[in-house]
Amino acid sequence: MPDPFRALTSRTMVLPQASIDTDQIIPARFLTTTSRKGLGKHAFQDWRYDATGAPIAEFALNAVDPADHRILVAGENFACGSSREHAPWALLDYGFRAIISTSIADIFTSNALKNGLLPIEVDAATHAALLERPGYEVTIDLEQCELRFANLAPVAFRVEAFARHCLLEGVDPLGWLLEQTPAILAHETAHHLERTP
Amino acid sequence: MPSPKRTMFDKVWQAHVVSPETAETPAILYVDLHLVHEVTSPQAFSEIEARGIKARRPDRTFATLDHSTPTLPPDAQGRRPYVTHDAEEQVATLVRNCAAHGITLAGWDSADRGIVHVMAPELGLTQPGSVVVCGDSHTATHGAFGALAFGIGTSEVAHVLATQCLLQRKPKTLLVEIGGRLSAGVSAKDLALAMIAALGFGGGAGFVIEYAGEAVRALDMESRMTLCNMTIEAGARAGMIAPDEKTIEYLRGRRHIPRSDAFDKSAEAWLAFASDPGAPYDSEIRLDASGVAPMATWGTTPDASAPIGALIPAPQSDSDHKALAYMGFAGGAATTGHPIDIVFIGSCTNGRISDLRAAASVLRGRRVKAGIRVLVAPGSEAVRREAEAEGLDRIFTDAGAEWRLPGCSMCIAMNGDFAPPGSLTVSTSNRNFEGRQGKGARTILASPATAAASAVAGVLSDPRPFLAEAAHA
Ligand code: SF4
Repeated sequence: MPDPFRALTSRTMVLPQASIDTDQIIPARFLTTTSRKGLGKHAFQDWRYDATGAPIAEFALNAVDPADHRILVAGENFACGSSREHAPWALLDYGFRAIISTSIADIFTSNALKNGLLPIEVDAATHAALLERPGYEVTIDLEQCELRFANLAPVAFRVEAFARHCLLEGVDPLGWLLEQTPAILAHETAHHLERTP
Repeated sequence: MPSPKRTMFDKVWQAHVVSPETAETPAILYVDLHLVHEVTSPQAFSEIEARGIKARRPDRTFATLDHSTPTLPPDAQGRRPYVTHDAEEQVATLVRNCAAHGITLAGWDSADRGIVHVMAPELGLTQPGSVVVCGDSHTATHGAFGALAFGIGTSEVAHVLATQCLLQRKPKTLLVEIGGRLSAGVSAKDLALAMIAALGFGGGAGFVIEYAGEAVRALDMESRMTLCNMTIEAGARAGMIAPDEKTIEYLRGRRHIPRSDAFDKSAEAWLAFASDPGAPYDSEIRLDASGVAPMATWGTTPDASAPIGALIPAPQSDSDHKALAYMGFAGGAATTGHPIDIVFIGSCTNGRISDLRAAASVLRGRRVKAGIRVLVAPGSEAVRREAEAEGLDRIFTDAGAEWRLPGCSMCIAMNGDFAPPGSLTVSTSNRNFEGRQGKGARTILASPATAAASAVAGVLSDPRPFLAEAAHA
């Protein structure tokens, strides 16, 4: 169950590369975990550490404090590739709560929202302005569905209505689905899908 | 008024809606078949166990071991050479979870074990008109049977375990009509790469694709699976092909398929899932198969491909420059000039018997070029048995290739089979992302025949001359 998410003001971290795929976010060799926790140290592993395993100081994730850089601004076509939920888990465990790009893969978006990580798609001009301003302070207002900045006009964004409701109110989607059991039973009966003994 | 003519997708969707979507809530969609593997399920089982819930429909849930499993045999003491303790523990966790929830697992001792998307169709678990999900993006493979099949995340795996349902917004439909016929020596993998190049990486986002047209009808079921498998690389959620006589014949007699009279009734119902003529799609594109040549990727996304021997296009964006720099290739040059180090033949894209036959037809009586490592990993135990019965394993080993146990192996490189930094691999798998086959490893995606021809030549090679020679030998 993710923490509720209403509004967040934080600085941005910028990774301008286009088409950052889920294998970059969390390489497959770290998928042997049986936990949701602890993947943050491997987020962007192959960009973040050198051949000896030492952190590359200039790389954004090593260069700033994640505690006050909770918004990742990424190049277009972010998180394409796999359905691995380890990608949002790794980003959250590192410290991110929101991702901004022009386009974000739909399975990633669905996975991220279920974990309290907010993917936000913006227009190309807003994106370009954010890419140019690493460390910029952004306020994400989920109630108003609006991004606000110090020196730029506010920008509206969209989030799927049910996911937004769950984030704002701290509703647990699985709990909600379990409450629909009577309808599920009725469907199984109507379609002769009862369990064969 | 909505059109009374419905697409295959509409028919399957509507038959599975438990409650329709509203502005506030997504639809609740019923799942017929839930496939499970060791990598994306442990946290889902923990999630439902934390709530004191058992799997609702273990009879509709099937599990296998494929991603983290070693492809080398056990030692004299029966110990499997797991890459790490974590990998072994992940496998043991799925074994425990399946036992606790009454789920059938194709484990180490099962003759059914295989890559999840190879195994389920073999057993007749995948059926036309059904909804199939798995915590794996290449679930789209099962769409070859006219099923609505798509990958889900681990939270959703928990949803399906607990309720047999998913919360889903209805996707849009895209018709990809492919006319003409593939020419000799050109395979479904080449067609898939050409299709992704045409749509663009991400070009299918938000859509369920229906593949139709003469070229698609002409594909056998394994080739249809290869095409649907790669749908996700164009960013689409699922790919579907209407069931026809080939589908029916493939399914007849498989373990989970109804028998005798019930089969005929099922077959009739399955065929009725085909789209009505004139049914409306949200978008349509047309492609021609007759001009497709053997394809290979040159970049680090699956859409960055070109016919083998054609020149790599001049870079047009920062990402093209970055991809070429990573690959060590240059725009305006051919991909065929670079010595390769490794060839991988396998995966849920190209690990079926017809794929191994295609590779073997090139390698029969030939030798892999000295210094090149070739790994052949059959997609399942059933594929392995069939290949060994035909003597394909001997063709591979005589040529100098390694014949491995079934599994994902070097497709995802998390089981210890990986390519070293800087090495160049021609792979029959589906993703050429940076580091996909090992940190710093470079991947060229191609068909099984191309991979085999490249293993012999030592550089990326058009397989057609090899196939023609094999035919005359
Ligand atoms: S073979 Fe590759 S793409 Fe297919 S399920 Fe395994 S890892 Fe995924």
